[in-house]
Amino acid sequence: MQLSWPKPLVEFCNKAMILHQIEALVKAGVKDIVLAVNYRPEVMVSVLKKTEEEFGITIHFSVETEPLGTAGPLALAREILGKDDSPFFVLNSDVTCVYPFEAFRDFHLAHKCEGSIMVTKVAEPSAYGVVVTKPGSTVIDRFVEKPVEFVGNRINAGIYMFNPSVLDRIELRPTSIEKEVFPAIAADQQLHSFDLQGFWMDVGQPKDFLSGTCLYLSHLTSQHSPLLTDPAKNKWVYGGNVMVDPSADIDPTAVIGPNVVIGPDAKIGPGVRLQRCVIMSNAVVRDHAWIANSIVGWNSNVGRWTRVENITVLGDDVTIKDELYVNGASVLPHKSISTSITEPRIVM
Amino acid sequence: MAVTKGVILAGGPSKGTRMRPLSLDCPKPLLPIAGKPMIWHPLSALAKVEGLTEIIIIGFYEDSVMAGFIKEAKREFPNIGISYLREYKALGTAGGLYHFRDSILRPPVPQNIFICNIDICCSFPFTEMIALHSKHRGVGTIMGVNVKREAAVKYGCIVTDPETQQMVHYVEKPESWISNMVNGGVYLFDKSLFDEIKVAMDEKTARAAEDPLVKPDEILRLEQDVIVPLAAAKKMYVYECKDFWRQMKTAASSVTATSLYLSQFSKTNPDLLSKPSSTILAPVYIDPSATIHPTAKIGPNVAIGPGVIVEEGVRVKDAIILEGTTLEKHAAVLNSIVGANCVVGPWARVDGFPEPEDDAKGQISVTILATEVTLAPETLVRSCIVLPNKTLSKNSANQVLL
Repeated sequence: MQLSWPKPLVEFCNKAMILHQIEALVKAGVKDIVLAVNYRPEVMVSVLKKTEEEFGITIHFSVETEPLGTAGPLALAREILGKDDSPFFVLNSDVTCVYPFEAFRDFHLAHKCEGSIMVTKVAEPSAYGVVVTKPGSTVIDRFVEKPVEFVGNRINAGIYMFNPSVLDRIELRPTSIEKEVFPAIAADQQLHSFDLQGFWMDVGQPKDFLSGTCLYLSHLTSQHSPLLTDPAKNKWVYGGNVMVDPSADIDPTAVIGPNVVIGPDAKIGPGVRLQRCVIMSNAVVRDHAWIANSIVGWNSNVGRWTRVENITVLGDDVTIKDELYVNGASVLPHKSISTSITEPRIVM
Repeated sequence: MAVTKGVILAGGPSKGTRMRPLSLDCPKPLLPIAGKPMIWHPLSALAKVEGLTEIIIIGFYEDSVMAGFIKEAKREFPNIGISYLREYKALGTAGGLYHFRDSILRPPVPQNIFICNIDICCSFPFTEMIALHSKHRGVGTIMGVNVKREAAVKYGCIVTDPETQQMVHYVEKPESWISNMVNGGVYLFDKSLFDEIKVAMDEKTARAAEDPLVKPDEILRLEQDVIVPLAAAKKMYVYECKDFWRQMKTAASSVTATSLYLSQFSKTNPDLLSKPSSTILAPVYIDPSATIHPTAKIGPNVAIGPGVIVEEGVRVKDAIILEGTTLEKHAAVLNSIVGANCVVGPWARVDGFPEPEDDAKGQISVTILATEVTLAPETLVRSCIVLPNKTLSKNSANQVLL
């Protein structure tokens, strides 16, 4: 999907991922935002121009000329981050959660140390870097990368807050924040961990993108959010957790949900069945198609009586001909599929 | 006009095993192909032959199994004698014919006798075979068909003299390639066939007396025991069928056969087919007692049996739907056979791929649901064979579901 659209602009629940983050940051009083990018897509500049005006903030593009790892970009943006004494947030763009930035900021200011790391609990920590705190305290003692034995189940959620003094620890060269910078701050007992309440998901992979979507929709349901489509008013909603852009055209004989996001100007035909899937803007799902656990990209066209499932991802402007079965395919943009794909594969 | 009779070799319950699971509930000769019992196709073609007085069906099935069909066939073809003769003992194809020779030869004594295997799907070019047969002095004319080189050795292979259409050599299922022309399972014999069978019988008895490896039984096969010596004696001729031909050995092949017969119906029996429309893509056979929702899209190559209910937004293509089955809303059935009294739930998908011409071993192409199978809503069954009375609520692919 990132081939046709910069990843931060991919809509997560009908809003660009980066806008979810920017809005939450603005709510926490942030005025300056630095986007660390390795190129500067014009489309992103124009989208963010509007955001700047809307929120009265300044968005800086900090463009890397060589890959600088996870810490290097902070050194590159030193002038902006270090212009005064106020602390700054650092976010990975693939991460989605409820973004409790205000509470995080208050926590950071209260402990008066150099840095704070947001941590989230996971059931199976062995695939992650586990954060171990000193007993009875939020001070981080050490990091255990991919632990073999159970040492804890709090993992780095990819959201940090630092005082500008941290910049003195980072050189302008490719550096890993997790492996090089954090252990040093922790050694000085200047790093605290903050427990994230609610869901957290790294949505970089399609499978996780779908899981993250479900979590976010459930979160919205628990908040009785008006962003969700009201099942009482729309008989085609089945099982709830359904978000449909008002400009989308849904045939009343379709059955949609649970856990479905439908983007602007999408068209859903008669007798279509959708569940646990994302239909991006301007896509068309034709009569009696059945889609589950999949992402249908912008401007794509899914034919009649098709069955699309198992983490199928259709890129921009993909066409699936009528009556086909598509199982776990990743289809690159502008492709037309005219025979069934029975086993998961990439379609170039 | 020479008196002509037809014999259809229907086989028996121990035969159609490769038709399982369909033949578990319905004997192979009565399996619906293009909406009609398999045996109806050769029978109705024979009934059109000029001068044909009688059709005799020979098989191992109990009389009661065939009685219903015989009764209906008599009603449909009132001017032709139609009877079923049951074999009680395995005598081989030639042995069975010989056993019933008196019935076949009773007056009016036939000059020509057509013999058809039950599992052949073709246009039955009987008139053309008579034309060739009447021009030569041989005992019989066999219908030969050309198949792919790789497939030929699975059949009885024929070598002919291209000038005279005389058969010069015949080998049943040879180990190595001999020719692309194979035995199409349709024969026309002079009544002297029975003399030739008698000769073959005597020879076998004589051999059995000398050779302890030859069993002294009455089993005599038409191909190996009769046609092979007839070919050697230059008494057989070959009519080359250039029209469609398919052997129906497996259940999957009935889907192919259905599409071939439906295409033929559009020329020979257009009244049997449903009228094409935006939702009916010809050729399609729909039993008059079936209920089809106007939003369902059917065809091409679909046969729908009696009492079937097809609900709104259903898609059926390259498929056979047997009696009493319900396809619920938005379901899709493609390259499949749905047995009698099945229920396919809403948005369920029954799917396969077309039967390959040379059947690859161990791979299921067409999905077959046997009798009374229930598919839960939204389930996918792909290239599976599902045995009777199963309820499926999980997706399945490429397996036999017991």
